[in-house]
Amino acid sequence: MAENLVSLRHISKNYAGVKALDNVELIIRRAEIHALVGENGSGKSTLIKVLSGAVQPSEKAEIEIDNVRVRSNSCTESIRCGVAVIYQDLSLFPNLTVAENIAVNDQIEKRAVVVDWRDVQRVAATAIAQIGAKLDVHALVGDLSIADQQLVAICRALAQEAKLIVMDEPTSALTQREVELLFGVLRDLRSKGNSILFISHKMGEILSISDRVTILRDGMLVGTYNRDELDRRKLEFLMTQKQSVESRYAWNGDNRRTLLEVRGLSKRGNFRDVSLTLREGEIVGLIGPLGSGRTELALALFGLKPADSGEIVAAGIPRRIRTVKDAIQLGIGYVPEDRVQDGVILSKSIGRNISITILKKLLTFAFFLKEEERRKQVERWVTTLQIKCSSSEMPVQTLSGGNQQRVVLAKWLATDPKILILDSPTAGIDVGAKATILEIIRQLAEKGMAILLITDESSEAMSCNRVLIMKRGRIVEEVRCDATTEDEILEKVNA
Amino acid sequence: MRIASILKRHELYLIVIIALLSVLITSINHHFATLENLLDMLKLSSFTGVLAVGVLVVLLSGGIDLSFTAIATVAMYLMGSYILTFGGNLLVAILIVAVTGIVLGAINGVIVHKLEIPAIIVTLGTLSIFYGALMVIAQGRDIYNLPQWFRDFAKLNLVSWRNVGGSTYGISIFLVIWAVVLAVTWALLRYASVGRGVFAIGGSPLAASRAGYRIGRIQLFVYCYIGMLSGIASMIHVGLVDQIAPHSIVGKELVVIAAVVLGGASLSGGKGSVLGTFLGVFLFAVIGNGLTLTRVTSYWQDAVTGIVLLLSILIAAFRERRREKSLVRVNVEEGKAKA
Repeated sequence: MAENLVSLRHISKNYAGVKALDNVELIIRRAEIHALVGENGSGKSTLIKVLSGAVQPSEKAEIEIDNVRVRSNSCTESIRCGVAVIYQDLSLFPNLTVAENIAVNDQIEKRAVVVDWRDVQRVAATAIAQIGAKLDVHALVGDLSIADQQLVAICRALAQEAKLIVMDEPTSALTQREVELLFGVLRDLRSKGNSILFISHKMGEILSISDRVTILRDGMLVGTYNRDELDRRKLEFLMTQKQSVESRYAWNGDNRRTLLEVRGLSKRGNFRDVSLTLREGEIVGLIGPLGSGRTELALALFGLKPADSGEIVAAGIPRRIRTVKDAIQLGIGYVPEDRVQDGVILSKSIGRNISITILKKLLTFAFFLKEEERRKQVERWVTTLQIKCSSSEMPVQTLSGGNQQRVVLAKWLATDPKILILDSPTAGIDVGAKATILEIIRQLAEKGMAILLITDESSEAMSCNRVLIMKRGRIVEEVRCDATTEDEILEKVNA
Repeated sequence: MRIASILKRHELYLIVIIALLSVLITSINHHFATLENLLDMLKLSSFTGVLAVGVLVVLLSGGIDLSFTAIATVAMYLMGSYILTFGGNLLVAILIVAVTGIVLGAINGVIVHKLEIPAIIVTLGTLSIFYGALMVIAQGRDIYNLPQWFRDFAKLNLVSWRNVGGSTYGISIFLVIWAVVLAVTWALLRYASVGRGVFAIGGSPLAASRAGYRIGRIQLFVYCYIGMLSGIASMIHVGLVDQIAPHSIVGKELVVIAAVVLGGASLSGGKGSVLGTFLGVFLFAVIGNGLTLTRVTSYWQDAVTGIVLLLSILIAAFRERRREKSLVRVNVEEGKAKA
């Protein structure tokens, strides 16, 4: 058995009487890629905070890093022991150069009053050489792509001589190709003796990159498994205790009414010559790598960034969509990709967020709000979408990601749309909540709504009845889900 | 640094604008392009120039200070009262303005860090407090009869020449002070770890604290630094106008901030340079001087200043937007669609 690099044993942590972690164990060996998985609230982030020294566990905890029993557990202590955490936001300085970002901890550690720029360059160059990346040390980090910024963050961890690099959802903003490159770097680091603790919601990635997987549920350890003991189904079951049902959306209505037809839609620098049809009760998937123009297409259909040319026919009548108002009049609803920025007003109540799209309908002729009617509408959607909240007067920020997403959905469903465009509705939501969101979408379609579902994940695309594959601004292929497999779609996207 | 990155920089635009304006003004009035006029312009700008350097440092850290004019007013009044009552010398005078500035700046810094209130509100408050307290004590009286040694100091030139009319002009001591402030601040920001800390907390406070920077200390330094420079600038002001009037500085804070922003500093922190700040102040000086030399009524000055500021911010915003667009651009495959 390989030697252990980090071992956390008997880790418990209470927050105001609530057990966030209950006697959890996490053993990371040398030179391994270890995945830590669990739904939101399972204790993953608390465990990482314990590891990074930001949070003190209770008395009985035993923490050993690199054969040394760690007692005074603090951030600087764990950096010195060789643990570096790369947070999801990367914690880089966009206004500073690559070199300085990489060497920043080294400089602080040395307590130098005067900065030795040659030393900074040297530290940076050494770290970059270690992962064999092509990074310009003089470039500003803010000018780099997210993937390159990711590499800068890894280099910084290496410059701290980290033996264990903890990465929190590193792939959430990367394209498929960039993910492959990142995984290459991680495997390379493993072969050099570093260990990686990898946190992700994406089952496919976990299974493809990790050597071992530790699963948490409700603050308790489910177990640590070798990669070969697991497959997707088992992993999801262990995380949620629910057997996932992979039923496909059965829809056979090729001759049902066409709600929206788009012909030769183009927008310079965004997409070109896009044609598609949406029929009643249909779920059409739109899959493609980041930067393929899929979000831009959605924005054009919703009138936020109108197309330059092309035809749009709604319910048999040629139409133009130049503003959001046009789109709403045609019965189009749009759930944006970034729900926090574009979807909801976090600090406002659930009720206000849901009713914001239908305010006009709720006005009396003297421009007063019909309070009673508003409450009825809100209650209706809270019940229909099973939004878990103590009251609809609570601010949206108190909800979990999955429930926030339901609020965004409710907001658009309240407008009674015929066509709903959903941009990555399950991004950053944990497995259990994902399934429910997909189930809601399916129910909407069964009632006759046409749905355009933009997604990253081929598994999600399989819950549609047709999938359009988009690349470099064009729709390159259309496949029927009952005539294909998930792997086949993935292959086509990556080809 | 590579040529491409120099060309992209804001400073280059400023230099080009200044050069074009200079040609235009000279074609109307030849006096503009003389060494005497240049040195005169710089001397008169040294007060704003020193303040602007302080503002730059605060903006870089992601903060803002509106109280620096009040700090300057308090500093010069204390200095004036002291040297009139007890005599003293240049060193004492400098010590008084600098220490006053640092102490008042420290008050800002502590409040901003400890109470975690937005700096704009804190310094808006202390602006009134500092200024109000001074007005109560001074009762709005001006100080005129400054001692001779101070007046001699104000007229000191490093090198001097005689013009055709027989009067002397030269490199004023104030210009030297400004240059020293520029050089010291540049070195501090570039080479001192605290200077890099200023950039770091301005770029991303969260990342800075995770990296182990002590944000409180850096903020304290920043507000003390602008306080100190305000004190020094106030002394230059006294030298230039040869009197101490409590109401003569307060109200100018936005003009100074405008010059720094014109120089390329970002109001959201982390971006800006000493050279840019100098050019921003200088551009305003050129505009003011040019309007005078081309005999445009002085009423136009404020309006023109405003127009230049708006234009430059528009250009900066436009370039930023273009950069963002190029980052998200979809690489569309051209030509006919495949079947």
